Amino acid sequence: MTAFGPAPRPQRNWDWRAACNFMAGGAGSGLVAWSAFDGTRPLGMALGALAVAGGLLAVWAEIGRPWRAMNVLLHARRSWMTREALVAPLLLAAALAAASGLRGAAWWAAAAALGFVYCQARILAAARGIPAWREPRIVPLVLLTALAEGGGAWMLIEAYRCVAPWWAWLALAALLAARLWAWSSWRSRVRTALPALAVVDGAGRRLQAAGALALAAWLLVLTSPLADEGARLLQAAAGALVLASGLWFKFTLVTRAAWTQGFALPHLPVRGAARRQGG
Amino acid sequence: MTRWAMVADLRRCVGCQTCTAACKHANATPPGVQWRRVLDIEVGEYPDVQRAFVPTGCQHCDEPPCLDVCPTTATRKRADGVVTIDYDLCIGCAYCAVACPYQARSKTERATFAYGRASEPESLRHDESRLAVATKCTFCVERIDAGTAAGLTPGVHPEATPACVNACIAQALAFGDLDDPASNVSRLLAGNRHFRMHEELGTGPGFFYLWDRADAEDTA
Repeated sequence: MTAFGPAPRPQRNWDWRAACNFMAGGAGSGLVAWSAFDGTRPLGMALGALAVAGGLLAVWAEIGRPWRAMNVLLHARRSWMTREALVAPLLLAAALAAASGLRGAAWWAAAAALGFVYCQARILAAARGIPAWREPRIVPLVLLTALAEGGGAWMLIEAYRCVAPWWAWLALAALLAARLWAWSSWRSRVRTALPALAVVDGAGRRLQAAGALALAAWLLVLTSPLADEGARLLQAAAGALVLASGLWFKFTLVTRAAWTQGFALPHLPVRGAARRQGG
Repeated sequence: MTRWAMVADLRRCVGCQTCTAACKHANATPPGVQWRRVLDIEVGEYPDVQRAFVPTGCQHCDEPPCLDVCPTTATRKRADGVVTIDYDLCIGCAYCAVACPYQARSKTERATFAYGRASEPESLRHDESRLAVATKCTFCVERIDAGTAAGLTPGVHPEATPACVNACIAQALAFGDLDDPASNVSRLLAGNRHFRMHEELGTGPGFFYLWDRADAEDTA
């Protein structure tokens, strides 16, 4: 019965459907937040809302009793999952309103998006059975990863129209740097969760490599006499890399790096053996 | 006040799994689901090897992580420390299962039976409300409640005591009121060195493990 053995084992309760909520919810929220800076173009808001809704739909497909799903709203006082479910309709309504041209709704959507992804981060942090999740530094890591993914998605969308302005590149670079700090900080605190690290390190390396390549793309756009199409192609590639690496990291974090606590006896039973002095 | 708790004497447990079988019989859990299970832990390398059998399950914590995360309030803690699940409220999100550091919770998506098709006893005891929701050890709370209502003492009278404790062939398991200094569990804890699983997490488990005599502290 290795499933009940004392060693940590991968959790089997949340699969790719739960991961989709963190992936699509995080990237979608990030995209909504980015799009608030550019209220004249509603595509980002609409796609962000769609991604968040898709993530929620995926997790709805995972729960055992989907027709009781509204019960999720009953524990706002303590459960971050309830809070996430309460923020979600606000986020969707505000994002769709902004997408329909109501510019004042964009900032409400951005605030709700930040709230939504914060709830997601706290959902993981509250899962005390999973050492890699319960480390408090997962909160900034998940937040910054979501914002960076949103930035990547925004760059990708913008590339169809124009080269992103300097402030957008600068904001993305700052987010990537902050995400690197959050990753290193979280990674140093979960080093005792060895089985989880073996799988999450690979995703982490891809995350940082994609960040570095995105920054290199920015430098190329800045310094090379590229034609508009070339610069937009580089921008799209950089955005796609940041988005894809973030999504893969989140998928790995939820499905493959989530090892249980296991069991550990601080003392073995003393029975039928001679006592050792000072032993 | 009353605080129900369980004590497992690791020196006495022989790993016979009678408690596991008794729990399955009492609670009709499906194949693969064990609310009371016994870990078989081997430590060391030949020839210096030790083995311990560790009964485990829901620890009915003082600060249950499963209670905080539950989005539906299906998981609750009674005043006497017993952590319960309302199967009619639970949506089966399994958040409690990933929040529990003791791997105590299970979710069964569909009805399963020992030999494929349901036998007559399995049909009689099948409970649709326990499908696709979280389930776990209840400390046989129905027995506690019925027993105390009849004036019996859980941990003393078998009718009011969890099935696993009644079944233990080695008297390794004991159940009682932690807040009563004269209870069996209080006396066992006073007379023995003990620990709780993952104490560092601050969950305050209501499940204690005895591993040595209290008067052996100087020499152990």
